[in-house]
Amino acid sequence: MTSGRFSLHRYANPAVFERLAARLIPWTAGAAVLLLGFGLYYGLFASPPDYQQGDTVRIMYVHVPAAILSELVYGMMAAAAAAGFIWKHALADVFIKAAAPLGAAFTLICLVAGSLWGRPMWGAWWVWDARLTSELILFFLYLGYIALVDAFDDPQRGLKAGAILVLVGVVDLPIIKFSVDWWNTLHQSSSLMSLSGPKIYGSMLLPLMLMIGGFMAFFATVVMLRVESELLARRIRAWKTSAGEDGAA
Amino acid sequence: MSIFAMGGYGFYVWPSYGLTALAFALMLGWTLVTLKARRREEQALAALGKTRRARGKEKQ
Amino acid sequence: MKAAFRLFRHDLRLQLRQGADLIAPVSFFVLATLLVPLGIGPEPNLLARIAPGMIWVTALLATLLALDRLFQRDFEDGSLDLLALSPLPLELAVLAKIAAHWVTTGLPLLVAAPVLGLMLGLDPASYATLEISLVLGTPVLSLIGGFGAAVTLGARRGGALLAVLILPLYIPVLIFATSAIGASAQGLPPQPHLLLLASFLVLGLALVPFAAAAALRNALE
Repeated sequence: MTSGRFSLHRYANPAVFERLAARLIPWTAGAAVLLLGFGLYYGLFASPPDYQQGDTVRIMYVHVPAAILSELVYGMMAAAAAAGFIWKHALADVFIKAAAPLGAAFTLICLVAGSLWGRPMWGAWWVWDARLTSELILFFLYLGYIALVDAFDDPQRGLKAGAILVLVGVVDLPIIKFSVDWWNTLHQSSSLMSLSGPKIYGSMLLPLMLMIGGFMAFFATVVMLRVESELLARRIRAWKTSAGEDGAA
Repeated sequence: MSIFAMGGYGFYVWPSYGLTALAFALMLGWTLVTLKARRREEQALAALGKTRRARGKEKQ
Repeated sequence: MKAAFRLFRHDLRLQLRQGADLIAPVSFFVLATLLVPLGIGPEPNLLARIAPGMIWVTALLATLLALDRLFQRDFEDGSLDLLALSPLPLELAVLAKIAAHWVTTGLPLLVAAPVLGLMLGLDPASYATLEISLVLGTPVLSLIGGFGAAVTLGARRGGALLAVLILPLYIPVLIFATSAIGASAQGLPPQPHLLLLASFLVLGLALVPFAAAAALRNALE
């Protein structure tokens, strides 16, 4: 009969992470509140409207950071996948799973804000602009990962399959963006529809940078919480299986 | 009033920020709720484990 | 190397034996493309303009049809485990199976496509480019699809999941194949687009076997 004691040494690495997270999270959370707070103040109130686009330019302070984060997060997921394969780091695949829904959310924010920006500007709720179309495809890359990982009964197998998928995805991503860019110029109507927005003036740079920083700090905070949560779920599963063995003994 | 109107584009600007805020709230909220639920579950399992070990020792 | 070729021929014979399986993708290809005029009206100019895109989109979808069976049967009856353990590198085995898939799925599309072009009124200058784009592009579809089949092996809802995973990856092939055909229709040289397609093929041949083999090993553990 087993002693029923559940050995911790397999999770030594994650334990280190949890101590680190406990120290870091208050700081990233605080940074997020400050950056987002000031970013919102400057973005919504203390910055001038654009000469051509009026107050709709304020949407940029949400659309652009979301776009940047959506791509940054995927890049981090790919880096983690590579690290997982090369160095077999225990936390790499967990990070990917934790980050994916956040990346997908940022992509969605980018798409919705882009749509709300495009409507007053060009009269259409959706424009087949290169940036938006690439973001839409990126959204499906995220969804694909999330669906794949959840589709396996064995969680470890799912994580590994997802990591492989992300690596293939990150190789394809520049190709997709290049193709969509090309497609866009090929079919460009005479009215140049581009959501790259107006030239960025100095007074716009501050709220933009603040919001980008705030989004990043928010992501850092929530992803650390999600990694903790995922490690916890893993321990719970281990408890349940070892308890099952005990019961049988 | 003019802030709310956003130069006539209020219908587009405010929902952009509002939906973003909602997305942030959902991301954070869902994460915290699941984390707390799992912490409670772990404590429950740990307590169960202790009683089982205690009973096991009694039997010995 | 000989072993790989033997595997290829074996797989091919297996798929050809079940003749009905061959009919499905091609029939789907033809039928789906023919739905378009029924859906939007037979106006010749419109059909001619959308013909390249239509043919390629349905080619994408038709390739999807045969994919989840690529590894499934061998996985279920244990022969995939044997393949993984055999001296033949799994990467080559994957390549052989994907090649067999292409012969039974991609090659028939090559034959059916000009007929569809005729029915949709495809510009006469574009037929050669259409065929070349299919020759270069359908193997890429089989390769990417093979990766998708490998990575979803053992997952629930394999079929729909497979489509969600690989359709985004198909998009560059779609874009450049159709722009090549479009260029031909306008009298412009299609070579740059076709060369890009060729480079996708080379990239796919180099990378997919490794990615797919890694995914298979993950499924077999």
